[in-house]
Amino acid sequence: MTFILFAEQVLNGLQLGVMLFLMAAGLTLVFGVMGLINLAHGSLFMVGAFAAAAVAGATGSFLLALAAALAAAAAAGAIVEVVVIRRLYNRDHLDQVLATFALILIFSEGTRFIFGSFPLFLDTPDWLSGPVTLPGGIQYPIYRLALIVVGLVVALGLYLLITRTRLGIQIRAGENDREMIAALGVDISKLYTIVFALGAALAGLAGALVGAIQSVEVGMGEPILILAFVVIVIGGIGSIRGALVGAILVGLTDTLGGLLLPSFFRTFMEASAASAVGSGLASMSIYILMAVVLMLRPTGLFGAKA
Amino acid sequence: MTLKSLAIAGAIAALGSAAWAEDVRIGMITTLSGGGAGLGIDVRDGFMLAIEQSGAENVEVIIEDDERAPEVAVRLSDEMIQADDVDIMTGIIWSNLAMAVVPSATAQGVFYISPNAGPSQLAGRGCHPLYFNVAWQNDALHEAAGAYANSAGYGNSFILAPNYPAGQDALTGYKRTYGGDLAGELFTDLGQTDYASEIAQIRASGADSVFFFLPGGMGIAFVKQYADSGVDLPLVGPAFSFDQGILQAVGADALGIVNTSQWNRDIDNATNAAFVESFVAAYDRLPSLYASQGFDAANLILSALESAHPDDEDAFRAALAAAEFDSTRGDFAFGSNQHPVQDIYVRRVIQEGDIFTNEIIGTALEDHGDVYAAECSY
Amino acid sequence: MTRERMVNAAMLLILIAFPLWAWAADEPFMITLATKAVILALAGVGLNIALGLGGMISLGHAAFFGIGGYAMGVLASHAQNFDPILEGPFLIEGTNSMPIIWLTAIIASGLAALAIGAISIRTTGAYFIMITLAFGQMLFFFAISWPAYGGEDGLSIWVRNEFPGLNTLDPIQFYAIAFTILCAVLILTARLAKSPFGLALNAARQTEIRVETVGISPYKLRLIAFTISGMITGLAGALFADLNRFVSPTMLSWQTSGEIMIFVILGGVARLFGPVVGAVLFILLEHLLGGISDYWHIYLGALLLVIVLFARGGIIGVLAGREAKHG
Repeated sequence: MTFILFAEQVLNGLQLGVMLFLMAAGLTLVFGVMGLINLAHGSLFMVGAFAAAAVAGATGSFLLALAAALAAAAAAGAIVEVVVIRRLYNRDHLDQVLATFALILIFSEGTRFIFGSFPLFLDTPDWLSGPVTLPGGIQYPIYRLALIVVGLVVALGLYLLITRTRLGIQIRAGENDREMIAALGVDISKLYTIVFALGAALAGLAGALVGAIQSVEVGMGEPILILAFVVIVIGGIGSIRGALVGAILVGLTDTLGGLLLPSFFRTFMEASAASAVGSGLASMSIYILMAVVLMLRPTGLFGAKA
Repeated sequence: MTLKSLAIAGAIAALGSAAWAEDVRIGMITTLSGGGAGLGIDVRDGFMLAIEQSGAENVEVIIEDDERAPEVAVRLSDEMIQADDVDIMTGIIWSNLAMAVVPSATAQGVFYISPNAGPSQLAGRGCHPLYFNVAWQNDALHEAAGAYANSAGYGNSFILAPNYPAGQDALTGYKRTYGGDLAGELFTDLGQTDYASEIAQIRASGADSVFFFLPGGMGIAFVKQYADSGVDLPLVGPAFSFDQGILQAVGADALGIVNTSQWNRDIDNATNAAFVESFVAAYDRLPSLYASQGFDAANLILSALESAHPDDEDAFRAALAAAEFDSTRGDFAFGSNQHPVQDIYVRRVIQEGDIFTNEIIGTALEDHGDVYAAECSY
Repeated sequence: MTRERMVNAAMLLILIAFPLWAWAADEPFMITLATKAVILALAGVGLNIALGLGGMISLGHAAFFGIGGYAMGVLASHAQNFDPILEGPFLIEGTNSMPIIWLTAIIASGLAALAIGAISIRTTGAYFIMITLAFGQMLFFFAISWPAYGGEDGLSIWVRNEFPGLNTLDPIQFYAIAFTILCAVLILTARLAKSPFGLALNAARQTEIRVETVGISPYKLRLIAFTISGMITGLAGALFADLNRFVSPTMLSWQTSGEIMIFVILGGVARLFGPVVGAVLFILLEHLLGGISDYWHIYLGALLLVIVLFARGGIIGVLAGREAKHG
């Protein structure tokens, strides 16, 4: 295996990782502040992608499409929070799982009702398409580099938001003691709506960004939702820092596992059998990673002690 | 059964063909919701178009949605056979659903006409006198792609497919006809949407061409990411990733890609021209490969009904096997295992105005059957 | 008799009368539907032991359901092809005898539950939900990419397996088998809940410390409950595969875990008959709504939401009021 191939795969792992972070950040925020498990987070990812595809189709502008994705997902998130989610905060996890499972059904079939059953078209803008040559002779798509940059910028922004702003202080306070901040006069239900909409917007952004290099279709949110769950469990539920570390760990494990395991098996097996066994194991690798982390630390890498 | 989507077709007692004075019930189980619904909708629309055009009065079609879940398909087929008493079944898109439904349906004495899925088990040792496939055996388009790669002079292919039975069959099918070396062979996850890692390996492999089988959304993702990566080796694949329903979502990135198919809308015969025109008129979109298969399946059934009723098993089976209908593909015949023997074409993606579509640029295989026929004995 | 008991008795009566009516009226498909409801109810009863009694919210029970299904698929496909499973040190043949298949399913899913439980029960709350989900996904991906038993295509069995003295292909007889098993398991569950073990488990769910102070390990209690729960769901999986004469990785998918959980919650968590009522209602909805619209999942989703938000305690909770739950 050449250095160039390896370096390219590391970049790919990083790119997958930062996109997972956008998904995981919202999930973990909502869990940390409101104590809510939201299975419907993947639906907000899908809403973002469909909104972006619709607007890009109508206007031809990628930036407008991104704005639309943010707005649509945030709006969908806020509406869902007000109508359904806020009734779930005081319920046990079981009710939350079931209610948000029901939301998935409604979102998926509703989207199909509006947009039909065929995948929609969403492409990278001209000014971000094609490859660039990086130092060391690595050819890499500009768009994927841009994804890495956007993801890291969002991570930085989130860090600043939480450490430096009034909203951030309220969020951190909410994670520690819910009753207290209500007693201090913070409008808790408004805070919750804002946090939920913020998480939704991040998911929608991820949906639009990823949708441009994948296919925009109903059901696109669930596979990435499960990956995002793995991420926050590894990182520690409720921890933004844990989500970032977990996301990059999962991204790298997934990408490098897919590369290394088949070639490992090829050293002592026939090529196509090695490929089948290796990639089968690779698809299980992140779950194995998660099981190992939880065996060693039952509350994840950065989770609070239970 | 009042809540069913019953579609009862128009009128021709006038045909007066005494062979089927009795009513005939056809049960269609296909994917109408969730991922992959587009394929089922096309099969249904093509099928119903043919039924309506025939004006057949005594044919009743019961249509149900399998949600692409084998368990649901099994429930629906039990219902159709046990409660609705259907004579003929059709419609299933996916091989895994076909394997769940077809063996038990034929064992209960119901004819099954497959408009899409053609798993190798049902073509070989598991073949059944009541089972016909009007589309293709699963390997056919991949074998055609291998044959095309030979004729295009490719000698070092990189091949990839999802890690599931149809994907493993695809690579086997390609290798069966392809004569050159392999630069690499990869299995991806089913439902995978990011192919950066695979593309990096293709770039590093020194291949001169890439064969891939990635149906549905997987193919859209792969082609877009491939175009963006700067790797410019020629791509070859079966028609599934370049079909009419999906092509608009891939867009300009698909232009020029060569793919193999047993049908295209520019095949020059009167049946096909009439089919394309009437499909566009009825549904306001261009027909796909799947729509043509649904249309052909219905016409095959209608042609057999003219001489026999399914209750007369032997006569109806002989009438189906004769395949005396005008196929949109032109020449069409069944092999000894009741799977098609047909030409497979090479197509290229082109743009016509705003619409992306395909044109035929050659024939990859002529009168092509499948290798499993030898294992089939009734 | 409490109101909950009356609801339970009514449910039992329906499960006996409806198939008999369908049999008399020659509606075999209605019997098939009832059989499906009974088998899914059994899977739910299994989950309810972990969920209701033990307070363990498992989103990975599809793993056990699927293992049970594959126990049937693997054994029966070997028997069908007259191809022994193992020739090595000693001969293991496939079989199409239901009792042996059930036993295999129970043992295999029990071992899996023991292993998964041993790791998962160290975690609590949301972590437990996620780790069980992840183990389920792991098995799902394994089943898809494992070519020996059909991978994603699954395994088809031409003929239903045999039970001594009965014709299992006759819908009413197969129903009788499934219904008898369900009743037996319900009796077992009711006894379990009242036994010292069940009481300790329930105590551990409410206040862990108290159980620890009397010298019982809550971890062990939960692990045993989780294993029993997995065994019952595995048995249901074997029956379900036999009903369909087919098994595929779909049985292992997380949507299946979600559906089993829906039965339990729809009917009423920790109620003896909760999963039974839930499964019957789900099958009924699927059958009725599926005919109305292609988009019937929207209605199903909306209905579920209403039940979760406004009918706490599930259907039995609504019918029976908030009396003491069993266990």
